[in-house]
Amino acid sequence: MKILVPIKRVIDPYVSIRVKSDQTGVETDNVKMSMNPFCEIAVEEAIRLKESGKATEIIAISIGNQACQETIRTALAMGADKGIHVLTDEILEPLAIAKILAKIVEQESPGLVILGKQAIDGDNNQTGQMLAALTEMPQGTFASKIEIEGEKIKVTREIDGGLQALNLNMPAVITTDLRLNEPRYASLPNIMKAKKKPIDQKTPVDFGIDISPRIKILKVIEPPKRQAGVKVESVTELVDKLKNEAGVI
Amino acid sequence: MTTLFFIEHANGKINNQSLKAITSTKDFGGEVHGLVAGANIDEVVQEAAKIEGLSKLIHVDDEDFNNILAEKITFVIFDISSNYDFFAAAATTTGKNVMPRLAAKLDVSQISEIIGIESPDIFIRTMYAGNAIATVQSYDKKKVLTVRPTAFKAAEIKTDACTIEKLIPKNIPEISEYLNEELTKSDRPELTSAKIIISGGRGMQNGENFELLDKVAAKLGAAVGASRAAVDAGFVPNDYQVGQTGKVVAPELYIAVGISGAIQHLAGMKDSKVIVAINKDEEAPIFDVADYGLVADLFQVLPELEQAL
Repeated sequence: MKILVPIKRVIDPYVSIRVKSDQTGVETDNVKMSMNPFCEIAVEEAIRLKESGKATEIIAISIGNQACQETIRTALAMGADKGIHVLTDEILEPLAIAKILAKIVEQESPGLVILGKQAIDGDNNQTGQMLAALTEMPQGTFASKIEIEGEKIKVTREIDGGLQALNLNMPAVITTDLRLNEPRYASLPNIMKAKKKPIDQKTPVDFGIDISPRIKILKVIEPPKRQAGVKVESVTELVDKLKNEAGVI
Repeated sequence: MTTLFFIEHANGKINNQSLKAITSTKDFGGEVHGLVAGANIDEVVQEAAKIEGLSKLIHVDDEDFNNILAEKITFVIFDISSNYDFFAAAATTTGKNVMPRLAAKLDVSQISEIIGIESPDIFIRTMYAGNAIATVQSYDKKKVLTVRPTAFKAAEIKTDACTIEKLIPKNIPEISEYLNEELTKSDRPELTSAKIIISGGRGMQNGENFELLDKVAAKLGAAVGASRAAVDAGFVPNDYQVGQTGKVVAPELYIAVGISGAIQHLAGMKDSKVIVAINKDEEAPIFDVADYGLVADLFQVLPELEQAL
């Protein structure tokens, strides 16, 4: 079984982001970039399925500028077998990404597609669900556990009040939540080996689909800053303030 | 302009997150229809029909829909989609699961977790876990949206009901199957809907010490959360996590105990109405966002706080 793992390059989660002063977006020049944390979990899960003999090949896919090659190399160093890079300098919306991925699914016929539940830049949480819709595959979103049983996959999902278990026909789309696993670090020998693994380069034009934007960002601003409040001296004073000043208890 | 709003329910009650999110639909203009799904849910249907602002309630009357599967519910909504211009739901785990699938079937982009509406095609939403606020315009003819419940006031339940229309779905796809749910058994409210949250960080030192938070939470009717540091250290499970990679919350009162205030935690709670920080390190960045700070040893403060409440 083949597994596709679409991954996204985003601003490193530990970097403080800066909104551009002209309000057009968030500064990404000279900012440390990393693989989206939920995508790392997706790569790790695919590797574990391969290690347990359930999968035979893992293809990491990234759609974006030239630097996305680095992100694909990271996935290859972790243990993916090959990469597909769809080169574009446009920032594509989840729907356009899902359409490109649906074409790749058509070409590669994977048993599973595993994606991060959301990217920590746009916070859209859409691509996996959209891909599932376009390919008419079932979806197991926000997965904290997956178990393949024959032609089906049992997915335990993180829902607002706890956990939910579903049984999905395969092929299926899975999106990862944090508890699914802890991603490994690539070892130095594996980083060296990854340099020799193949990456196919494509462009959106190769897929012959409409990726024109449906949404225009009019402006991006910083949220209002919170002012530091007051220091209280004791629990008694704190409780008094919460009751009588803030009125929240 | 007509809006279809997907209403969630559980245990005979309408989900409060849905009641909040439905308030956003007022600003889309035109009629608003509700959709509620499941068999033997008369109470819910009767109550939902009285939600302020609804002119029609569609009841998908089928026991297959008592637990919502994205594959099935999107099939049903898609079938009646030609009647609607707007499709909205609360940004709950169900709403987030269902709506993008619907959007792709309709070939439109979804706008996720809106917190405001400027006009029927211009919306405000957050990105980067709330560290950037974007105003976006949708060019799509049909709009699919999820709505962040914390940004809106709950709609009222009126005395008179709107028209109820039954819908019996046919030929629904059988590619996924609901097995079971294991809901966290707790007397505490759930993190994303709690009015008060008390969270512990690395300063709690171990998982047993979270009992100190539990006791205070019991007095306040609060939910208990944690920072990623506390989760990474294995003190509590990951579903406690508040932060960029965990849950984003905005309660009336957020009490951060032994939490230093890393960016990634602040991203998940800085929209809370009132923030209290309890930390023995007076330099901790959490104090920069706290309305009330108490520089003290949490092991002394927590029992005192429990007594004082």
